[in-house]
Amino acid sequence: MRLWFAVVVWLWVLPGSAWAARSLTDSTVGWPGADQLVRVLTLRDYNTRVVVIGTTLLGVASGVIGTFMLLRKRALVGDALSHATLPGIAGAFIVMVHWGGDGKFLPGLLAGAVVSSVLGIGCILAIRNFTRLKEDVALGVVLSVFFGCGVSLLGVIQSMRQGNAAGLESFIYGKTASMLASDAWMIGGAAGVVAVTCALLFKEFSLLCFDEGFAASRGWPAIGLDVAMTGLVVAVTVIGLQAVGLILIIALLIIPPAAARFWTDHLLSMVCVSAGIGGASGLVGAGLSALVPRLPAGAVIVMVAAVLFVLSLVLGPSRGVLVRVMGHRRLGRKIGRQHLMRAMYERMETLGSVPAGGGSGAENRSVSWDGLLGARSWSPQALGRLLKSGGRAGLIREAGGDRYCLTQAGLIEATRVMRNHRLWELFLITRADIAPSHVDRDADQIEHVLGHSMVEELELLLRDRYPQLVVPPSPHTLNGGGA
Amino acid sequence: MSWTMIDTWIVVAGVLSAVSCALVGNYLVLRRMSMMGDAISHAVLPGLAVAFLLTNSRGSAAMFVGAAVVGVLTAVLTQWIHGLGRVDSSASMGVVFTVLFALGLILIVRGADSVDLDPGCVLYGAIELVPLDTVDLWVAGEVPRAVVTLAGMFVVDTLFVMFFYKELKISAFDGQLATTLGINAKVMHYGLMTLVAATSVAAFESVGSILVIAMLIVPGAAASLLTDRLGVMVAFSLLIAVLCAVLGHVAAITVPVWFGYPATNTAGMMAVVAGVIFAGAAVGAPRHGALSKAIHRAVLSVRIAQEDILGMLYRLEELGGGRGSSGAVAGVLRRALGVGPIVAGLAVWRLTRTGQVQRTDGRYVLTGAGRADAQGLVRAHRLWETYLVKHLNLRADHVHEPATRLEHITDSAMQERLSDRTGRPRLDPQGKRIPPGSPEDDADGR
Repeated sequence: MRLWFAVVVWLWVLPGSAWAARSLTDSTVGWPGADQLVRVLTLRDYNTRVVVIGTTLLGVASGVIGTFMLLRKRALVGDALSHATLPGIAGAFIVMVHWGGDGKFLPGLLAGAVVSSVLGIGCILAIRNFTRLKEDVALGVVLSVFFGCGVSLLGVIQSMRQGNAAGLESFIYGKTASMLASDAWMIGGAAGVVAVTCALLFKEFSLLCFDEGFAASRGWPAIGLDVAMTGLVVAVTVIGLQAVGLILIIALLIIPPAAARFWTDHLLSMVCVSAGIGGASGLVGAGLSALVPRLPAGAVIVMVAAVLFVLSLVLGPSRGVLVRVMGHRRLGRKIGRQHLMRAMYERMETLGSVPAGGGSGAENRSVSWDGLLGARSWSPQALGRLLKSGGRAGLIREAGGDRYCLTQAGLIEATRVMRNHRLWELFLITRADIAPSHVDRDADQIEHVLGHSMVEELELLLRDRYPQLVVPPSPHTLNGGGA
Repeated sequence: MSWTMIDTWIVVAGVLSAVSCALVGNYLVLRRMSMMGDAISHAVLPGLAVAFLLTNSRGSAAMFVGAAVVGVLTAVLTQWIHGLGRVDSSASMGVVFTVLFALGLILIVRGADSVDLDPGCVLYGAIELVPLDTVDLWVAGEVPRAVVTLAGMFVVDTLFVMFFYKELKISAFDGQLATTLGINAKVMHYGLMTLVAATSVAAFESVGSILVIAMLIVPGAAASLLTDRLGVMVAFSLLIAVLCAVLGHVAAITVPVWFGYPATNTAGMMAVVAGVIFAGAAVGAPRHGALSKAIHRAVLSVRIAQEDILGMLYRLEELGGGRGSSGAVAGVLRRALGVGPIVAGLAVWRLTRTGQVQRTDGRYVLTGAGRADAQGLVRAHRLWETYLVKHLNLRADHVHEPATRLEHITDSAMQERLSDRTGRPRLDPQGKRIPPGSPEDDADGR
């Protein structure tokens, strides 16, 4: 611990001389040295500090508001919105140059972006509500037409003599590396506004996410809340244009919430996880791009977010693939074992070797491998696996000469499964009027999920038939009987 | 405006890319997958970059294959994340295409930025440069390379749509029906996605990726507002695509000049023209347009106001006890109807013109023809009131509102049936006389 501390301190005071001396035309990856790593990690450089803090805050803000958009199935609204900012930016530039101002006056450009994205939202709503076209077409039309308009305005700007148009394109790809402290402050301010608004309107926003109609019927100003939520998205998008560019801000609005969805089913935790993932993507992405030369920061941030998304997709405890696959396998194993138990029991029943009342003496009633193999349509490998795992669980014992028998515990388990199966068969015959020859398949599926209370209810329903038996006799001929 | 051979080639390239995109785009619109066009056209960037890095040339073939492969991969990955992670399909699309775009950006910046593979070129396209890069076709002389590629793509698209017209149609409207009919909906889906990817890539060079989306979605969307038949819709969309390309170029070289600027980007103007055409269709389409719907509603409300005026004048006569004795001034009529002055004015104007109402001494009174019509309306109203009380057990003071709404859509045959079902009553629940529907009734009623 102390040694580690000493190393950190030593690296802190060591100036990184290789840092600035890197050639611009160097196209190798050029992994950074340890000193550089620490310089970035400890935010020693002013520039790195500004960029890392700015992108982290942006990630947090977009993660928070993106969660609500994702849950309202409006993930791609951010996409249309960010494209719709372009004509506003270009138009504001032209207007400002026309009036003799500085074309790249940032608040003016951002105001233009806000105006045109609000106009875009209005068009989306109009198309969705006043024509028979659906949301996807509305988004696509607005996105492409607005962007096309922006591109033609940029075409005009490029041929303008007055005003320096260079750098306007950075709104499309972002210019993270040259972020200024004022930009970071602005992002911080926007993130603060988003966080405070979402905290204050948390209950209302969650209601809007899950049941908009209910919110409106309870007298909440659903439209006003919708406007507030969309307004926050506009704010984050417009601010984010600066940092990661027009196309990649979409990623920050979509990927962190989509990843957070794998971790939790609870809205508040989802917002927090999403903010965390967004922040982490900004932090690590900006750090990486500061470390490795010629890596566009916006793109790296998105790639980091993508890695986190894939990790969440696989590992997420709530909806992750791994959890679900493991759940499936566990269920499959359980079903396989219960089928084996039942097959052995039925086999013993056919041979007339079931001890009455499930008592002792079952140990020497063995069944043959061939008899078991014929009982169900399972492969020899699957049967072998099941027998082995049953043996490990102490339910089945090998009796020698390819014969197996149930242990005491195995007999109890087999009796229980058999009983569930037969009870359900009887239920289907007596209550659902299904022919005895047709009930086996149904019961085969349901026997594994019959809970304790369900079994009790079945017992109550069927108590006038076979009340004394632990396992009622089969209502139909058993498969492979008499062999 | 001066038109040269260069302009002609630009327009030809624009038209070809627009019609190719619009042709496959129709099916994206119908399948509600418009944003898939957006996703694919952003996501092909890494395909272009990898193809460039592997072959180290800007040869069309390699780039084309690389982009098409990534395009299909986008569709597959989107479906995969949607199915495997149970992510909302639009969100999974967003995840896939932004990540692929970022990957492409990194590849380009790190590997290929010493040469001209500019992401801006992919986004905006360079239709103005199309005529400069030509190939020598022995039949037609020097022809721009992009025109040859796009013409080939259009032929492929047309053949695909013609050959699989029925299958595409059924699987676009009802995928499950298609499956039960033995059409493999999955194969149609991925076939269409492949074609969208290939068409987008072919059109990139000339119109750029965003404008590919415009040409994929907007003509189909506008055409779907104009008609309810698929064949007509496809034809309209192609027509709109041609218009976009031609007018787009004309606008690009003329509109900025009006404001004192030189010509601007043709591809951008194509999207703007597409937007204008779409707006025109959304407002002015014959059946589904906002304007025709508004006119339809206005005509309906004038007709209802007319009928209300007739009913009101009839009731006034009843109260006043004689024909032509009372009537009402315009202001009273309007206040009683509760409609705007324009609707009321139109209603009164139409009534006077058809001779149902005439104006005497500043008051409006019913003419003979008007009285007959009014009688039918009031009869319908009072029969409905009787019916509602008798058969639906509504209270007598609750039936006026529903009867007011129903009287406008009740013809004389319906009135007879109502009368039969309520036992040919002479008085309604409020004790007012139900006017007779025919002379026999009249004689019977007196």
